[in-house]
Amino acid sequence: MREFDYRRADDVPGAVALLDADPDARYLGGGTNLVDLMRTGVERPARLVDVRRLPLDRIEPTDDGGLRIGATVTNSDLAAHPEVRRRYPALTEAVLAGASGQLRNMATVGGNLLQRTRCGYFADVTKPCNKRLPGSGCPAVEGEHHNHAVLGATEHCVAVHPSDMGVALAAFDAVVSYRTADGPGESAFADFYLPVGDTPHRETALPQGALVTGITLPPVPSAARSRYRKVRERASYAFAIGSVAAALDVSNGVVREARLALGAVASRPWRAHAAERVLNGAPASADYFAAAADAELAAARPLPGNAYKVTLMRNLMVAVLSELAEEAAR
Amino acid sequence: MTVTTTGTETGPAHATTAVTTTVTGAVGTAHTRVEGRDKVTGAARYAGEIPFADLAHGWLVLSTVARGRIGTVETGPVLAMPGVLTVLHHGNAPRLHLDYIGMLGTPPDPTAAVFQNDRVPHAGWPVALVVAETSEQAREAAEALVVTYEQEPHDIEFRGDRPDAFTLDGHMPAVTEKGDLDAELAASAHVVDVEYTTPEEHHAMMEPHAATARWDDGRLDVVDSNQGTTWVADELSRMFSLDASAVRVRSEHVGGGFGSKGVRAHQVSAVMAATALRRPVRVVLTRRQMFSLTGYRSPTAQRIRLGADADGRLRALEHRSLSQTSTVWDFVEPSAGVARVMYDAPAHRTANEAVRLDVPSPTWMRAPGEAPGAFALEAALDELAERCGVDPIELRLRNEPERGPVSGMPFSGHRLAACFREGARRFGWAGRDPRPGLRREGDLLIGTGTAAASFPAGAGPSTAAVTAEADGTFTVRIAAADIGTGARTALTLVAADALRVAPARIRMRIGDSDFGPAMIAGGSTGTRSWAWAITVAADELRERLAGEAGIPAEGVTVRSDTTAALGALAQKERHSFGAQFAEVAVDVATGEVRVRRMLGVFAAGRIVNPLTARGQLVGGMVWGISMALHEEGIRDRVSGGHYGGDLAGYHIATNADVPVVEADWVDDPDPDDPVGIKGIGEVGIVGAAAAIANAVWHATGVRHRNLPIRPDRVLTAGGPHV
Repeated sequence: MREFDYRRADDVPGAVALLDADPDARYLGGGTNLVDLMRTGVERPARLVDVRRLPLDRIEPTDDGGLRIGATVTNSDLAAHPEVRRRYPALTEAVLAGASGQLRNMATVGGNLLQRTRCGYFADVTKPCNKRLPGSGCPAVEGEHHNHAVLGATEHCVAVHPSDMGVALAAFDAVVSYRTADGPGESAFADFYLPVGDTPHRETALPQGALVTGITLPPVPSAARSRYRKVRERASYAFAIGSVAAALDVSNGVVREARLALGAVASRPWRAHAAERVLNGAPASADYFAAAADAELAAARPLPGNAYKVTLMRNLMVAVLSELAEEAAR
Repeated sequence: MTVTTTGTETGPAHATTAVTTTVTGAVGTAHTRVEGRDKVTGAARYAGEIPFADLAHGWLVLSTVARGRIGTVETGPVLAMPGVLTVLHHGNAPRLHLDYIGMLGTPPDPTAAVFQNDRVPHAGWPVALVVAETSEQAREAAEALVVTYEQEPHDIEFRGDRPDAFTLDGHMPAVTEKGDLDAELAASAHVVDVEYTTPEEHHAMMEPHAATARWDDGRLDVVDSNQGTTWVADELSRMFSLDASAVRVRSEHVGGGFGSKGVRAHQVSAVMAATALRRPVRVVLTRRQMFSLTGYRSPTAQRIRLGADADGRLRALEHRSLSQTSTVWDFVEPSAGVARVMYDAPAHRTANEAVRLDVPSPTWMRAPGEAPGAFALEAALDELAERCGVDPIELRLRNEPERGPVSGMPFSGHRLAACFREGARRFGWAGRDPRPGLRREGDLLIGTGTAAASFPAGAGPSTAAVTAEADGTFTVRIAAADIGTGARTALTLVAADALRVAPARIRMRIGDSDFGPAMIAGGSTGTRSWAWAITVAADELRERLAGEAGIPAEGVTVRSDTTAALGALAQKERHSFGAQFAEVAVDVATGEVRVRRMLGVFAAGRIVNPLTARGQLVGGMVWGISMALHEEGIRDRVSGGHYGGDLAGYHIATNADVPVVEADWVDDPDPDDPVGIKGIGEVGIVGAAAAIANAVWHATGVRHRNLPIRPDRVLTAGGPHV
């Protein structure tokens, strides 16, 4: 393991300054992903700026009825927070569906957003990967890709974003706050993750050196009836092969508002706008749920080894929406 | 039986009050592990954490190509790095003596006999060892070491129809055949002709391989984590052309082995480095390195043809199994062997075949042969039961052989029917509707399945020494290995009964090659072999003590060697048997399969310690869940190496995947057998995957013949309900 410099930041401007001072530095949150990547040589930072003790560990209501979640709030604390559980239950479910209890106790909200793909080619420095080594190629297209992207991918990269939490945040229109040496900034979740294009190594819209300081959830009344459902190859401690975060507001059998986001299908948590357009104003019935799923998946471009994901995501969207509609009808 | 548990929690080292009453009957009574307290408090030290003065650390460098020749090893820059002491590679490593057949009947695996030439036969082949003052320095330098290769095209494509497949003997004849297969199949009312596949599987034991080698007063001393200290010592002495007495290997605690902890690159490279540097050198493997350096279970492609009369009685049975091996070492996964024990037919043919690919050498893993073989054979039996309209248990009972189907020898005991009867009663099999796809709970389809299990009850020659100490305690010395099985505790109970004293008076010392030759912890033979040797020595000691007035200060020691006794054992078919039952729920929307409950009932001879025996059997069944639903080593076609070669990428069952799993046993006496103990380490996995696959069929109506039964396979298999 290469030697590196470790600094603990006391305040947000100090953290940003410590990072700015070394172009080869990384922020360290819970370390549940970065430290693994350092062990395997994928990341070789010269300096770690530990931000875990910054005063960003609060979850507070906003004036308009939303929630502001600090970047160093742990996954465990986020999932357990009474207001999150009451107002955004899919977010709690998503967080609890990820990792293990020990990891959730360490992992932070900011780090969760910035975690890297678990693509086996990305993680193995002896193999090519455009995300890790731009221009080296993407072996997954011809090789192992049964858990790779079916939406929004290009021939340059078919990796998926591994976050569960992010899928719920996408459904609820979260806004990411950050800080640079120039001051604070914001990015809507829809703009936070960049399209893959031919630059899969550029993953987010964060400016160079920016420190994620928190996430703001707007008030989303429909989120009170929301669900996160994750499909994986074992019952625990595995990344999703497909997941859905959904909220459904139904009145008199008609969908007033649907929110739908998909996980493990794209390089980012995937907001299912096409499906939502079909659902909003439509009868809350299985036929329309299936039509909505089909509308979203019309853009799917599966590879030979992951075509099942189209079936899986269709089934999953219908199942979760049906479940929410049944609850609404009770 | 008299019951005693006095002192077993703390072990003899902590026992302050001697048990004076004569106590027998420790065997058959539940005892916690004698070393359990040490393990849960961290007092038990494992090979990678035992301190040594002046210790240097070695880090292996593995090839990044799957086939070719090493060009250059650019040691110069690395030797200049902080703390680096040496770099060993094929250009400077000592030449090993490799022309021998080891204790288990195989020549050395060249993957373990490191740095002997410039050929690279597979990805992840050891090409160098960097030794430094600290583990971190060694790792950093190893990662910086530039090795160039003359790369050649590789072939890693395993498939059932390889034209270059050949029959390979391994530990049993490759082919057995009798009768006219084509004629019997033609005359059969029902024929099943199917192919099953199982993927590459890895041992994935908790503790990685680790060894420290040092020279101590002219002797080579290796502290290791292995399944047999005399086995490893014997091979190291041959490789390094040392007198057998000049090598000592110790392995006190072992965090799992499952077949992979024999002679590996870590010990051999550590000995080379300790010899070159004249100081202790430790080599610990990483999880990723283990995927190519420590063996694995080959993928299999198995073709099964069954022909039966209308009532399900077999007329023809053919079981062919293809597995892969490396280009440098022949190993065959003998999956067809299980049919030689389980079912007879007038026409009966079994064949184990292999194909040599540019892949690492496979090895023994968790019921080698039986585990994948019983998956295919017992799933095929289920398909035949469906065709015949006969209950799957009844079909198996109708086809119980009276003698070994191939050997013609009598069975020492054959209690399979008793296992099925007891299992069916407890599982609630009676009244089961055999039709598939009928039981639905929302999106879930529910099904049940069963399968038979068997595993050979073998033994290997072993020696033991039992000493009556002057203080009234007894010391047993045997080069046994407790790889997490509870062997140390089981042997304590065996010794206590043989000496007719309480277990608290036994000091059980194992895991040291200086104790003399002994069987390894493998092939489910360990406890049977070691208990045999201990019993012989203890019996003689007890007789000798009967005439003595007192015990001298140096104690009284009796040694035993079971070689002759083993040879005198009557030739019979000796096996454990079992009946596996599983209930599964299959989510038709997502393809997820979850096991809801499992029951295994086994006939496995005399059960020494019910507590740890249950753990062994349940553990085997959990392997079976893992094999059926999760485990799959994925090889990248382009690089020839592993994809996701770590415990995040290689899925083994988690606690959440393991529901209520019950294991129990029926009496399985064998009056002719001098020990009566059979192995229980592996029979638990045999048939477990088949029971689950059969339950998935019962749930969905779809036969899944390729493991693991992943969600994508369930979704794309279609079927009436998906």
